[in-house]
This record gives sequence, structure tokens and C-alpha cells, in this order.
Amino acid sequence: MALLPFSLPFAELEVGHHLYWQIGDLYLHGQVFLSSWIVIAILLAFVLAGTRGMKRDPMGLQNLLEFLWNFIRDIARDNIGEKYYRDWLPFIGTLFLFIFVSNWGGALIPWKVIELPDGELGAPTADINTTVAMALLVSLAYFYAGLSRKGLRFFELYVEPTPIMLPFKIIEEFTKPLSLSFRLFGNILADELAVGVLVYLVPLIVPLPVMLLGLFTSAIQALIFATLTAFYIGEGLHEAH
Amino acid sequence: MTWLLLAEAGVPEGGLFDLDATLPLMAVQVVLLTFLLNALFFRPVGKVVEEREGFISTSRADAKQKLAEVQKLEAELAEQLKGARQAAQAVVTEAEQEVDRLYREAIAQAEAEANRSKEESRRAIETERETARTQLQGQVDQLSSTIIDRLLAA
Repeated sequence: MALLPFSLPFAELEVGHHLYWQIGDLYLHGQVFLSSWIVIAILLAFVLAGTRGMKRDPMGLQNLLEFLWNFIRDIARDNIGEKYYRDWLPFIGTLFLFIFVSNWGGALIPWKVIELPDGELGAPTADINTTVAMALLVSLAYFYAGLSRKGLRFFELYVEPTPIMLPFKIIEEFTKPLSLSFRLFGNILADELAVGVLVYLVPLIVPLPVMLLGLFTSAIQALIFATLTAFYIGEGLHEAH
Repeated sequence: MTWLLLAEAGVPEGGLFDLDATLPLMAVQVVLLTFLLNALFFRPVGKVVEEREGFISTSRADAKQKLAEVQKLEAELAEQLKGARQAAQAVVTEAEQEVDRLYREAIAQAEAEANRSKEESRRAIETERETARTQLQGQVDQLSSTIIDRLLAA
């Protein structure tokens, strides 16, 4: 900082600092919860405003909500199938909306205005805890889907089409949540860091293309997470011939 | 802003891959959000969208049925119209033929009449000429006999 003639208020990089909250012996990342509450508040406000007084001929926000609903339904229906997609639509949709609003919120809300004692606010999805939590929920979801529908025959999936696949399928159960969580976490964190570094170096105009690219990848990541979730659940529900 | 700093001394080191109680709590939060959004968003919006889809498909079916009815009626009317046209055409040809026949009949009758009266007058002229000639012959005979008588007497 000594090289710069003036200090830039919004351009400082902090990685791996957290605002710790303590409950008993447990520690929480406070900044992740604060930003996730803001994200949830935005989502709920948007949904509440849009679903008030819905009509058969949609007006205003209802259009957008219906578009979103259709979009999520298509993801769920294409991957799970006509018969069961209704049960999983809310889960997939919630993941999509939460990740999408988190990612875009992380990029669009000027978090630096709010000063924290330690750590900094940002997209909740840039914290490994959030993404691992969601990835494990996805694993639980497709195990639950498969087991509740097919019982122990769900595990026939492991020896199809041949028993040789068994070790790979078992490894896959670990790589699925791993890749889901790290893909999202890595993309969002890397985007925030890239933008942060650029803003630190050249505060004007130059970071804009990277920011736009960040918005694009953020949206894609939400779509990928939701689509993969739907695909895994569909795979768990798939009826063997 | 110190109220945000809930942790006391001895906070962990931190780091990028610092997994702690944030994970299960975030999972619980996401599950709760799922239920909330299901109640506030997915169910009501889904209901509205599916009701509309149902409404559209029933009105479509309705419209299709009505269209089929209309097409049937149209075909029926076209059939009737065709029949009526044919009937009208038949009436017109019949009338034309009738007129033609009457015309020819009238012409033939008139011709026959004319011929007949021509013939009649020709015959009348003939008879009159005959009678006139016989009369004249008689007179000529009388006159010649008178002349002969006079000459002989002279």
C-alpha cells in the first residue's frame, strides 16, 4: 500500500479471514450467515411481492416468477421424468435460486460498505462450508430418492451394466459431492478474487469485463448445480429394465 | 460493530478450507428455505401455471370441437347449395326447352296456316278462273253462233 499515493476504500484483499461466532464449543462463520440472510431476505421479498394477488393473466412480477418456475420445472422434468419431478422441484428450485441470488448478490451488492470487525461480506457460495453443505444435501437427496422408491434394489445401480463398475460407482459417490462443492466454491471465489485484484490494480473500467464474465459464470454455476442435482436424483429414481 | 464479534479469545486460525459448524447450520438453513420457498413460491405459482395450462388445453379442445362442428355445417350447407344450384339449372334448361318448343310449335303452326290459306286462295283463284273461262267459252260459243247466224242470214 505504501506505493500508492492514496488509499482505496473498497479495494483490499482478504482471503481466509472469517468473522467467528462461538456457540458453546462450536465456531461459525458469521459473515457467511449475515450475507446468506440478506440473500434469503431478498429471495423471500421478491417471491412474496410476486405471488401477491396472482391472476390467470399474469402481470408484472408474476411473469418473472412464472418464467423462473417454468425454467426450473424444465430442468427438473428433463432430468427426473414426468412421474416424480414434482416431489423434487422445490429442492432443485431452491438450490438454483439460492445459489443464483448468492452469486449475483456477491457480485452486485456493495458489501464493502458494511464494515465487519474481521473477515468481509461476500457471496455465501464463496465459502466452502456453504457449498459442501449443499452438495451433501444433494447426496442425501438422491440416496433418499432412490432408497424410498426402490429400497435396497437402489444399489443395483452400482453393478450396472457390469459388476466391474462397482469400485468406480463407489468412488463416484464421494466424487459427486466433492466436485459439486468445489466447482461452485472455486468458481465464485476465483471470480471474487479476480475482480478484487483487478479493482485493486486499476479501479476504473478495466475490471468491468471481468465483472460481466463473473456474472455470466455465476449464473452458469447455479444452472450447473441445479441441473446436476436433478440429474443425480433422476439417476437414483431411474427404473432398471 | 463489536456486537457482531461474538467469538471470544482463542478464535481459530481461519483459512480457505476451514470447515466448522457453519456447514450443518447452513444445511439446515437451506432445508428450511426449501420448505419456505415451497410454500411461498413453488406451490402457488405451480398451481396458477398448471391451472392455466389446463384452461388452455380445455379451451383448445373446445375450440377444436366447435371448429369441427362448423366445418361439418359448412360442408352440409355447401351440399345443399350445390343441390339448389343443380335444381335451378334444371328449371332453367327446362324452361328454355319449353320456350324453344313453344316457339317452334308456333312457327310451324303459323307456317301451316299460311300454307293452308295460300293453297286455299290458289284453289279459289283456280276455280274462279275455270268458271270464268267456261262462262267466257259459253259466251264465245253463243257469240260465234250469233255471228254465223247473222252472216248466213245476210
